[in-house]
Amino acid sequence: MKQFIRGIAENNHYQPTHLLQILRQIQAHYHYIPEAAIEQLSELLSIPRTQIISVVEFYSFFHLTPRGQYELLISDSITDHMLGKKILFDYLANKLGVAAGEVRKDGVVSLDNTSCTGMCDQGPAGLVNGYALTRLDRPAIDKIAELINQQKPLNEWPSELFHVDDNIYKSGLLLDRQIEQGAALRSAFKRGIKETLKEIDNSGLRGRGGAGFKTAIKWQFCSEEQQTERYVVCNADEGEPGTFKDRVLLNSYADQVFEGMTVGAAVIGAKQGFLYLRGEYLHLNNKLQGILDQRRRNGLLGSNILGSGLDFDIEICLGAGAYICGEESALIESLEGKAGIPRNRPPYPVTQGYLGKPTVVNNVETFLAAAAIAVNGGDWFANIGTEKSKGTKILSISGDCDRPGIYEYPFGVTIRTVLNDCGAADVQGVQVGGPSGTFISNQELDRKLAFEDLATGGSFIIFNSSRNILDAVHNFTHFFAHESCGFCTPCRVGTSLLKKQIDKIVEGHGSAGDIVALEELCQLVKNYSHCGLGQTAANPILTTLERYLGLYESHLKEISFEPGFDLDGALETARRMANRHDASAHLAQTESEHE
Amino acid sequence: MSKTITIDGKVIPFEEGQTIMDAAMAAGIYIPHLCHQPEFTPHGSCKLCTVKVNGRNCSACTFPAMDGQDVLSETEELINDRRKITQMLFVEGNHLCPGCEKTGNCQLQAVGYHLNMLDNHFPLFYPDREVDASHPDVMLDQNRCILCTLCVRASQQEDGKNVFAISGRGIDKHLIANAESGLLKDTDLDATDRAAHICPTGAILVKRTGYQVPIGQRIYDHKEIDQVSLETEHLQHGE
Amino acid sequence: MANKIRVATTSLAGCFGCHMSFLDIDERMLQLAEVVEFDRSPLTDIEHCTDCDIGLIEGGVCNSENVHVLREFRKNCKILVAVGACAINGGLPALRNHIPLEECLNESYIEGIGVENPKIPSDIELPLLLNQVHPIHEVVKIDYFLPGCPPSADVFWKFLTDLIEGREPSLPYELVHYD
Repeated sequence: MKQFIRGIAENNHYQPTHLLQILRQIQAHYHYIPEAAIEQLSELLSIPRTQIISVVEFYSFFHLTPRGQYELLISDSITDHMLGKKILFDYLANKLGVAAGEVRKDGVVSLDNTSCTGMCDQGPAGLVNGYALTRLDRPAIDKIAELINQQKPLNEWPSELFHVDDNIYKSGLLLDRQIEQGAALRSAFKRGIKETLKEIDNSGLRGRGGAGFKTAIKWQFCSEEQQTERYVVCNADEGEPGTFKDRVLLNSYADQVFEGMTVGAAVIGAKQGFLYLRGEYLHLNNKLQGILDQRRRNGLLGSNILGSGLDFDIEICLGAGAYICGEESALIESLEGKAGIPRNRPPYPVTQGYLGKPTVVNNVETFLAAAAIAVNGGDWFANIGTEKSKGTKILSISGDCDRPGIYEYPFGVTIRTVLNDCGAADVQGVQVGGPSGTFISNQELDRKLAFEDLATGGSFIIFNSSRNILDAVHNFTHFFAHESCGFCTPCRVGTSLLKKQIDKIVEGHGSAGDIVALEELCQLVKNYSHCGLGQTAANPILTTLERYLGLYESHLKEISFEPGFDLDGALETARRMANRHDASAHLAQTESEHE
Repeated sequence: MSKTITIDGKVIPFEEGQTIMDAAMAAGIYIPHLCHQPEFTPHGSCKLCTVKVNGRNCSACTFPAMDGQDVLSETEELINDRRKITQMLFVEGNHLCPGCEKTGNCQLQAVGYHLNMLDNHFPLFYPDREVDASHPDVMLDQNRCILCTLCVRASQQEDGKNVFAISGRGIDKHLIANAESGLLKDTDLDATDRAAHICPTGAILVKRTGYQVPIGQRIYDHKEIDQVSLETEHLQHGE
Repeated sequence: MANKIRVATTSLAGCFGCHMSFLDIDERMLQLAEVVEFDRSPLTDIEHCTDCDIGLIEGGVCNSENVHVLREFRKNCKILVAVGACAINGGLPALRNHIPLEECLNESYIEGIGVENPKIPSDIELPLLLNQVHPIHEVVKIDYFLPGCPPSADVFWKFLTDLIEGREPSLPYELVHYD
């Protein structure tokens, strides 16, 4: 083991910033992070063992105790559930002889749930040793169980199990055609870097992650910083359940994304860029590395790019299962080899980002658009969209529709148009912008996708009238509790309390006061949390309470109070041990029920 | 003209680089806090010091004071919500005050008293947490840890060591000790370290020092934390 | 006697320490007796409470009988008060919440040192233990909380006189203690 670990550390130049990448390799090899490895790494990287342990215990894909040789994770997104995930999961567990969260006795396989893997258009989905599995059904599961029981290496598994489709159904300004490799850089150098920033400014491009900060302003702020060591980061930690557009952009438009990053580097004066790729997209890694190599060979990365004097290169860093790393300052912490805990702001990343240096963090789609704008000019982009939301938005559409996949629309498109295009009928509501966004009902289909109405990072999940909205609320609320980084009190404790409270109501133990308590708790978590995760964690509840109060109320009992735990269930152990079967050995859940 | 901010209508001066908390303390205004100690880098995690700055909630301990800010602190809404945040800290751990040596000297308790917190409001978590009594002079009771990281910072910034860290995620976050065994006895922690004395609750206690002052005669039994904080922590600000 | 305020008290999973502290109001008890009469309470011999104004509950909920008693109080008392640390957060008895009930019972009645005639007690008259001890606000709705282990006599006095004299009960800083 010693030699193996030393080798990995050496390949990573003993850099503590590469801790995640190092641990990913150790986890892949041993299927856990052995204590001895932690001790050795602590010495090799000259960092305290506590830093390594805190990273291992922070990210979902790292483990201090052994997982199976085949680490099987099934995506727990609401869209997977809508495609029958639960029954399939039970079937799989049964077939393999291993329960959720456990390792089979022979150590061959472990099984667990994982947050949305970004395959909502082709689920139910999963991961085996980090590689995406799509379109799981019984035959696929039979096959997987067979392969695991035969202990077949992954590279001998049939490729159709891992097949990922792009599913682009509607393309527009950006997806219609890719720019030619190098075209954006050539235009930018020809036009002049300052003028190019001006074009981006004129284009009105705003960040595509959802928050909508103006890209040109961010770049300009960063370029004006005193410190000359600066960084460009592409946020491909697409973790919002229901979002998968970056997966498609990086599969089929990566060259243009990298070009956008390089244009950004020229503007701000960065020598180093990073693509922070969510761990769930491991399957894209080799392909992306190949594209980077090709760009280096073609003089589009490396030193003196296109003879312009610009030196810039891009490194791909993989995440390890943490939604919070989509938050830009948490992402930077993660890039530095630490747990993804959002920083205090100010200072903002443009002033003090990666290693304390000025850093621009943008979404994949933002860089894609920036490259196209560098070629086609600002007006080309600004002529489309609305007054405050220029250009187009790429949507990831999933849930109840005939054609789940990728759709590009000019900003300002109505929900109704989108629903018609993807073949959605009998719509009850749409989750716009993912769990952290807004749930709209079928009374609001004329609302528009735009920063000024419904802002979205791209997630668009459709629910037809056969769905119980509370199932989605339940799933999203559990998701946030699982993904809370735990830094601040309101989010750490509040998301767990929200989970308990929504469980109580969904399971039919709620009473009149519970809705008031729920709403009060939502406001507390929303108003006092440290970062966007906590500030939006209550949105699934708040936006549905506003629209479907009756639905919540129908789950309540007509009593003023009911315990939040199962009273009779809490007597079960004592009853069994005392061998009691009489009536007085039971408790009714509420007083009004006859005792 | 020196720069000023307004806290609850009172105009107070500040110096460039000060946070709202720094400025408030210097002016003799107490803003409730648990994870903050003026000697150490602000952390901003407990969120008790949340104030409304120009209508927006900010942590006073990390947010820079800027000329003309209108800060609200002692509003009914903020006081009620601070009480609820304190209640959150109580229910996520196991805070059995009657059985804790820190009682009466405990800042978590004192903030609860200050905010007139009479109950827990939320359902209790009763988490399963460890007690580490391995160290000859110091004991670590995770049941009482509120994850403020003051011990982490004190060890790094004052003791020049690295005894503690926070590990885990979400509600499973916990304090860890820097030793291969994970035990306090195998760290380089000394009873004289600042880290052994800084815990606002009874999570880290120095052994053989308990009950020297009887319950009922301790710091917060008769003095409110606002007064204590301004008397002791304000001095440290001046250093 | 007609218009006296009826007060009921009980101790669930508690130690009666709160009741003892209540009695520490000493001679003020006489003053109280002029306006208050006690219904079900360890201080009286009344077995069940009927139509009370105030119910004072000491201790948390650890078994099925506690649940029945607590519900009887909730049903019959206009105002229900959680008195003391155990009623508010489970207190000392809640220390067992970290040990599975099965282990607790085995240790106490089967495998523990000095156990004779090992057997889990089983009788229809015996209440069954809940898996965990719960504060009373998790089982019924509670109107007021008096913290302390125990709350001091002055806390009882202040709270009851506030209520009796028609003020919203409040505790000043000196009277708020969790220990």
